[in-house]
Amino acid sequence: MCGIVGLFLKDKSLEPQLGTLLSDMLITMTDRGPDSAGIAIYGAPAQGKAKVTLQSAHPETDFLALDKELASAGIDAKVTVKSTHAVIEVAADAIAATRATVASIRPDIRIMGAGDSIEIYKETGLPKDVVARFDVRSMGGTHGIGHTRMATESAVTTLGAHPFSTGADQCLVHNGSLSNHNNLRRELIREGMTFETQNDTEVAAAYLTAEMAKGKDLGQALEGALDDLDGFFTFVVGTKSGFGVVRDPIACKPAVMAETDQYVAFGSEYRALVNLPGIEDARVWEPEPSTVYFWDHEKAA
Amino acid sequence: MPVFDLSTTPLRELNSALHTLSKGANDTAFEIVNPRGSHAVAVGIDSPVSVEVRGSVGYYCAGMNDGGTVTVKGSAGPGVAENMMSGTVVIEGDASQYAGATGRGGLLVIKGNAASRCGISMKGIDIVVHGNIGHMSAFMGQSGHLVVLGDAGDALGDSLYEAKLFVRGTVKSLGADCIEKELRPEHLEKLAELLEKAGVTGVKPEEFKRYGSARKLYNFNIDNADAY
Repeated sequence: MCGIVGLFLKDKSLEPQLGTLLSDMLITMTDRGPDSAGIAIYGAPAQGKAKVTLQSAHPETDFLALDKELASAGIDAKVTVKSTHAVIEVAADAIAATRATVASIRPDIRIMGAGDSIEIYKETGLPKDVVARFDVRSMGGTHGIGHTRMATESAVTTLGAHPFSTGADQCLVHNGSLSNHNNLRRELIREGMTFETQNDTEVAAAYLTAEMAKGKDLGQALEGALDDLDGFFTFVVGTKSGFGVVRDPIACKPAVMAETDQYVAFGSEYRALVNLPGIEDARVWEPEPSTVYFWDHEKAA
Repeated sequence: MPVFDLSTTPLRELNSALHTLSKGANDTAFEIVNPRGSHAVAVGIDSPVSVEVRGSVGYYCAGMNDGGTVTVKGSAGPGVAENMMSGTVVIEGDASQYAGATGRGGLLVIKGNAASRCGISMKGIDIVVHGNIGHMSAFMGQSGHLVVLGDAGDALGDSLYEAKLFVRGTVKSLGADCIEKELRPEHLEKLAELLEKAGVTGVKPEEFKRYGSARKLYNFNIDNADAY
C-alpha cells in the first residue's frame, strides 16, 4: 500500500507549523505502511548557504568531531546532529567538495540529500517514532512531503525508505511499483546517474533528475515519466520551490488533494487531510490519471 | 435517534449496533457525525435502517448493504456500496474509484462525480451519477443500469455483458465489445424511472445515449484461432 502526504504552503503565516501539520498527516497514514517512514522538508534557504543531510548507522562515532575534520579539510561547516541524521550547513558552492570529503573521511555515512533548502529524514519504524526521533514537529518550512512504507520491491532498510533524493533540492515519494525499473536503471547508469539501492522508486527519482538536468522543468519531466515509466504509481515530488503530483494511467493507487487560499495538500486518503485548517471549505478532488499537477512558489510569485 | 460520534466512538460499536437490530425495531434512524474519512462506515447493514453520515467517509462505506438507506453528506472513498444487495446509498459529494463494484441490487446515487471503475463487474445494481465518471467504468458489467448525466472517461463498458449504460454527455472512448445501441421505448421508460428515483429533475430520458455489449466476446470465434 504505502501512504503519502504532502503540503505546499501559500500562506507564510502557516510556515512555522509545517512540521507539525505534516507529522499529523503522516501519522494518520500509519496503517497504510508500517515498515519505514520519511519526510522531506523545504525550509527558507539561508543566503549563500546550502544543506547536506547525512545518515549513519553509527552516529555516535561517525558524527563525532565531524565539523572539526571538515574544517581541517578546508570546509567551514555547521553540523547539527539529529539522532541517526546530521544536517551540515556549508557555503552554497561547497556541496560537491563536502560530498567528496565526507565520502573520504566517513565512508560509512550516507548522503540523504543536499541543496539550498531540503532536509530529509527517514528511518525504519512507525511514523510516530520517526517523527519524534527527528523532532519533525518543530520544523518550519515552505513545503514538505512525507511517506510511510509498505515494502514490495526492495528491502526494509533506511536507504529503502522514501523520500528518495537524487538531485539538489529534489525528492520523490511513491505509492505503487514499477515494472521496468531494472532496464531504466541500466540506461540511467549509462547516462552517468548513480544508485544506492535496488529500489524501484529510486529509479523514478533518478529519471526525473536526469530529465531536469536536460533542461526540463518538473512538470515536463513528470510528463515524460508517463511515457517512460511502466507500472503503478502515484508520485509526489518536491523541488526547491515546487510541488508536483502525477498518477499512472490506470490510477489504482489512491490520491486525494485539497486546495485553499492557504495551501495545497495531498493525501493517500482523505483521513490525512481532516485536521488541516479550513479543510471544511477546501476544494477537495481526486487527481485525474495521466495528468500532471504542479505548483511552484517562484512561478506563482 | 441514535447518534454515533466517530471521533469518540469506535467504528465497531456503530457497525455492531446496525447489525444487532431486532426485527420490527422502531428506532431505525441512525446519525453519524465526525466520520473524518473513516473506513467501512455502515457496512453489512441487513435491515431497513436509515443512516445519515454528516461528513466524508473513506474506503468501503455502506458495503454489502442489504435493505438500508445510507446518505453521505460529503464525499466517499474507494469502493462505496461495494457488493450492495438491496436498498439505497446516496453520496451527496464525489465518489472515488470502483463505486458500486459488483453490486447485485439496490440503487446507488452519486450527486457529484465518480472516479474510475464505477460499477465495475456490476451484477444488477442501478447506479445514477449526476456528474461524470472515470475510465474503465462498468468493466465486465453483467446486469443492472448505469446512468450518467455528465461525461464518461476512457474504455467505457470494456468486456461488457448485459449491463445497460446510459450516458447524457460525451464518452471519451468505448471499451472492447461495447457499442452504442438504439434507445427504445422500454429504455426510456426505465430511464425515467431511475431518474425519478435518483431525484434528478429537468433532465429528459431522450437526452441520453445507450451503450451495451456487441456480444462478440461471448463465444470463441474460430477466426481468432491464430491468435492463441
